[in-house]
Amino acid sequence: MTKSLSDKQIQHLYWRAGFGITSKELASIRTFSKEKIIDQLFYESKQSTPLSMDLSMLEKNQKELTQEEKKQFRKVRNQKLYDLNILWIEQLINTKQVLREKIVLFFHNHFAVRLKNPRACLHLNNVVREHALGNFGDMLMEVSKSPAMLIFLNNRQNRKNSPNENFAREVMELFTLGRDNGYTEKDIKEAARAFTGWNFDKTGAFVFKKNQHDDGSKTVLGKTGNFRGEDIIKILLEEKQTARYITEKVYTHFVNDTPDTKHIEKLTDIFYTSNYSLEQLFKTLFSSDWFYKASNIGVKIKSPIELITGISRQFYVTYENPKVLLYLQRKLNQTLFYPPNVAGWPGGTYWIDNSTLMLRLKLASVTLNKGVIEWTDKGDMPEDTLMKMEFNKKMKSQIEKKVKATPDWQQFITLLEQKDKNALIEFLIQPQLSNGATTVIAQLGETNTKDLTIELLSLPEYQLC
Amino acid sequence: MDRRNFLKQSIFASGVTLVPSFLKGMELLTPDQLSGYRNVIIIQLSGGNDGLNTIIPISNDIYHSLRPTIAKKTDQTLKITNDLAFNNNLKAIKELYDQGEVSIINNVGYPNPNRSHFRSADIWQTASNTNEYLATGWIGRYLDANCQNPYEAIEVDSSLSLSLKGNIKNGIAVSDPNQLYRTTREPFFNSIVNQTNEEMLDENNQGYLYKTMLETYSSASYIQETSKIYETNTVYPKSAFAKNLKTIADFIISGLKTRIYYSSLGGFDSHVNQLNSQDRLLGIYAEGVGALVKDLKKNDRFKDTLILTFTEFGRRVKQNGSRGTDHGSANNIIAIGGSLKKAGVYNELPNLSDLDQNGDLKYSIDFRSVYATILSNWLKVNDKTVLNKSFEKLQFI
Repeated sequence: MTKSLSDKQIQHLYWRAGFGITSKELASIRTFSKEKIIDQLFYESKQSTPLSMDLSMLEKNQKELTQEEKKQFRKVRNQKLYDLNILWIEQLINTKQVLREKIVLFFHNHFAVRLKNPRACLHLNNVVREHALGNFGDMLMEVSKSPAMLIFLNNRQNRKNSPNENFAREVMELFTLGRDNGYTEKDIKEAARAFTGWNFDKTGAFVFKKNQHDDGSKTVLGKTGNFRGEDIIKILLEEKQTARYITEKVYTHFVNDTPDTKHIEKLTDIFYTSNYSLEQLFKTLFSSDWFYKASNIGVKIKSPIELITGISRQFYVTYENPKVLLYLQRKLNQTLFYPPNVAGWPGGTYWIDNSTLMLRLKLASVTLNKGVIEWTDKGDMPEDTLMKMEFNKKMKSQIEKKVKATPDWQQFITLLEQKDKNALIEFLIQPQLSNGATTVIAQLGETNTKDLTIELLSLPEYQLC
Repeated sequence: MDRRNFLKQSIFASGVTLVPSFLKGMELLTPDQLSGYRNVIIIQLSGGNDGLNTIIPISNDIYHSLRPTIAKKTDQTLKITNDLAFNNNLKAIKELYDQGEVSIINNVGYPNPNRSHFRSADIWQTASNTNEYLATGWIGRYLDANCQNPYEAIEVDSSLSLSLKGNIKNGIAVSDPNQLYRTTREPFFNSIVNQTNEEMLDENNQGYLYKTMLETYSSASYIQETSKIYETNTVYPKSAFAKNLKTIADFIISGLKTRIYYSSLGGFDSHVNQLNSQDRLLGIYAEGVGALVKDLKKNDRFKDTLILTFTEFGRRVKQNGSRGTDHGSANNIIAIGGSLKKAGVYNELPNLSDLDQNGDLKYSIDFRSVYATILSNWLKVNDKTVLNKSFEKLQFI
């Protein structure tokens, strides 16, 4: 027997595995069985669309440039980094491969790299995309050998007799076992020796520089041999703790900030015995009954990228100047290709402070309605307060002036199946409305759909998914 | 109208009644309490300020020989001792120095220094070890452990630095109190806040959002109402940096119950033709701070204020090929205050003949010792709970 999902549960799936769902999409899958809905989600992400941009103008040896040319080079390079950011966020907004892109976003934060090198960043991003529903071991190996990671964690400076432990440390602490999970400083030192000689050539292809490699015997996590870097990665993957660490991170990212040991252990078993199949891991997760429990719905704080992408998709928003997308990311503290450090964005309540929260609450009105939330609480406000508020409404903040976005309201409203208040709340807001919000929304008369939508999206509840 | 009467009136005239009654802590300091209420202003020079051309080892031959075209000549400096001199753009700081209100602490850094701007800035802001990644800042953890209200630490800027993010509390970012107030008073948000009640403030994420909204709302009115009390008539320079310092002065003199203020001046990230840009920035820094101190003195608040200036790292001793310097490590920091215990040159000068393998200065004082000293000796709180570790205290305050 196949169980079907409620609208709320389908929306939940699409918020967590993607960036929300439009009315049209919801209508087209509502009658499907749960299994079929999930199969379709995975099917749509079978293909992978690599990001592509022309960076040939950056294939220059910087050492051969004059002072002036160097300056020009840096200018172009920085411009290309911005372009790369916009390219990806536009792909997030427009893609049909939502699950794949969502997983890329997850690993963008797991293998967090911040470089001023658009070629290396673009390449790493595509490596992660290629393996997003494939094998984690393959992804880890290819990421470790990518120019981006070799540069960022200084493995090129890691040579026989003058080791640099940066990569060896982070591969254990952040990419596989997790901090303080069964490795020692000695393991890091020995592993660093195994990674000596890893480098890349002018075209960005991986090279093993034999004369820089320390080919002596090393002991890592109790195993001894004349290891090279590849052997260390294999040893780390043999540790079940690696599967557990990745699963736990996936769980807290896709399900709930609070880990559930029982569910995580089950997923870990499946992930480990499947030899790190990401498809299996995610399919099991999204098929589990517990994933759809009310206690897991509407409890995560949307990341800035999820928030921006979600609104843009739902309302078919076009941006007169796509640079605004970069501006919003900065103001909300999550700029793609620009994580705070190798540990990535901590997420959760880290997103929220007084300035980001106020902008988040204003975001819907700014992108969808020129900054206006139609609302007057005339009942208990003195006349002069009302006048002041009218005046304030006219004073546009810097952000409102900057974000020239055009939503397609007609499309949004035409496609809505039900336009009454409760249906709209159910469709747009994932968590239960707080009693305060319920009171505020109840005060509304039969207002028009557009105003009501803006109001709902300006509630703190909309920050959750 | 005198200040005391103004206080009384403004409390009753203000919109504080809009704030739910369970949100306590809307007090402000009465004039009697104000005196002796200590605060710290942290100034971050972003981009890695070259300390050796800021406070200059003028008599050191190595300095002159490693920096053939960018070393400062004696006539471009202001003498401190026979061996040390200020960059001559730091005239205002030199004047404070002569009055015993500046302490120069040399060779401040940390073990295994990181030379990336953002990573090293993270390390300074979170007070972490080099290979430790913390998601909270040291001022945020100070709030967690010691404070009731977010506005007890204020960053005068439009966004909040990692420094001011705690586990359960964050500081407040505000560049213009009126703008912050207006944003929170959007009629729709007003209605939501008015309907917010205690049971909505659960320990979950939804509760956290409502709590932050409410705190922002009440902090915004607190800051706006309170800071109206005093507006300085001291003349500040025209720079954006000086404007931020003026805002801080308004807050301090108005009696905001804020212990830590934070502000930054960017642009120090240069690698070529460093002299012009650094000199210009140091001028902006010194003139701003000079006006701030003058203002605080006039209102008898300087004796309760400590101003700490830091940057994420110093620069390499040897100049690079393009009349600039590359990223280095240890550096000097400047503490300015009306109640310093030890003014002057606090410790030994940098040793330019004993550099690390990159050619950078070695540190002798961990920057977290400076934080520990401020927390413990000046703010009188437990530094260990904030810094997660005990660090040796210094004697400058």
